Amino acid sequence: MAARMENVEEIRNRVILGEFGVTNVHTTDFPGNYPGYDDTWNVEKFQKNFRIDVVHLDENSMEFDMVGIDAAIANAFRRILLAEVPTMATEKVFIYSNTSIVQDEVLAHRLGLIPIKADPHLFEYRNTGKEEGSEIDTIQLQLKIKCSRNPRASKDSSDPRELYLNHMVYSKDIKWVPIGNQADVFADCCIGPVHDDILIAQLRPGQELDIVMHCVKGIGTKVAKVVNSRLDTCSREVLRHSDLKNVVKLGRVRDHFIFTVESTGILPPDVLVTEAIKVLVAKCQRFLNELDSTAME
Amino acid sequence: MAGEGEKKAVLEMVQADGADEGCVTFVLHDEDHTLGNSLRYMIMKNADVEFCGYTITHPSESKINFRIQTRGGIPAAEPLRRGLNELSDVCQHVLNTFQVSMCDCSVHNMCLT
Repeated sequence: MAARMENVEEIRNRVILGEFGVTNVHTTDFPGNYPGYDDTWNVEKFQKNFRIDVVHLDENSMEFDMVGIDAAIANAFRRILLAEVPTMATEKVFIYSNTSIVQDEVLAHRLGLIPIKADPHLFEYRNTGKEEGSEIDTIQLQLKIKCSRNPRASKDSSDPRELYLNHMVYSKDIKWVPIGNQADVFADCCIGPVHDDILIAQLRPGQELDIVMHCVKGIGTKVAKVVNSRLDTCSREVLRHSDLKNVVKLGRVRDHFIFTVESTGILPPDVLVTEAIKVLVAKCQRFLNELDSTAME
Repeated sequence: MAGEGEKKAVLEMVQADGADEGCVTFVLHDEDHTLGNSLRYMIMKNADVEFCGYTITHPSESKINFRIQTRGGIPAAEPLRRGLNELSDVCQHVLNTFQVSMCDCSVHNMCLT
């Protein structure tokens, strides 16, 4: 579609919402596309137009607007927030005894999904191929629980809460076992699951669980259960009435993004966003170093 | 010319024989749309670049083929390096702006709803 004079501003700056589809989605303001416009990358212009407005902030979620940045980079931040911010999560589960009705692998899967409250900055990544963990890269957690009959229950009660002791296994039953010098290093901050009330399994008298878990530092792409936050970049809903559809044209500003970040509790949301931006910088640096090292040869 | 010096290659260059240095395909390992699309945007904003695109060869393999064609005989590694530097600067600026607005937020206390 040829760009007429009055259309040009609209094509450059707006994403048009038609009745049946969305048009003008892709960024077109690259140098050479529009005669008369200088679209080369200009740092001053970017810094002048760019701003961030924090709309809402509490300890688990935040909402902020990012204005003046292109979709490609905003999407990169979104992808990193979802999958590549490092966290600690259970990777290896050693099951010494499991006589519950939940299968070993299902139990291990559930344990891996539990978020662990530990600052990933204080830990190193475990080297691949190294089987034994050491104190700098591993957290050891233990879950040892046995269900028994309650001797003080009345004869004709049928409520499991009264009849049995320890018949629901919650995440608060997971205990941290410090290895090496972790007891001194982490003396003041308690390491364990973020939430205490995650139900892991149900037991009946005579069944027991004796499990040791090793948590390592990982990112979502490698350890798919290590998801730190749920982020939704959505534009605000715009209402449409059928009697106005021929008269009203709806467009969204192309470079205005609303980020909603909700954390699982391990790290506060503003720390998550900061980490995500640093991850993207680190990726660029990695390739720059690679380019420099090959250029030297 | 391959990215050597370590056991696992991170960045490789593949060049067709006979073509000049301005048309090169880079193979970036362990990368996906996250870096690919944002880097493509930054490099396309460079006026010396005639073509820039990336493709994920297969979804099971985490590597991308990143192609740059320049006009004027400029070696293709140069817009790549410039794009990486500019992307890094953009992120740094976003980080600074974010931290400033977080400080403003906590000082004024107006967004704690």
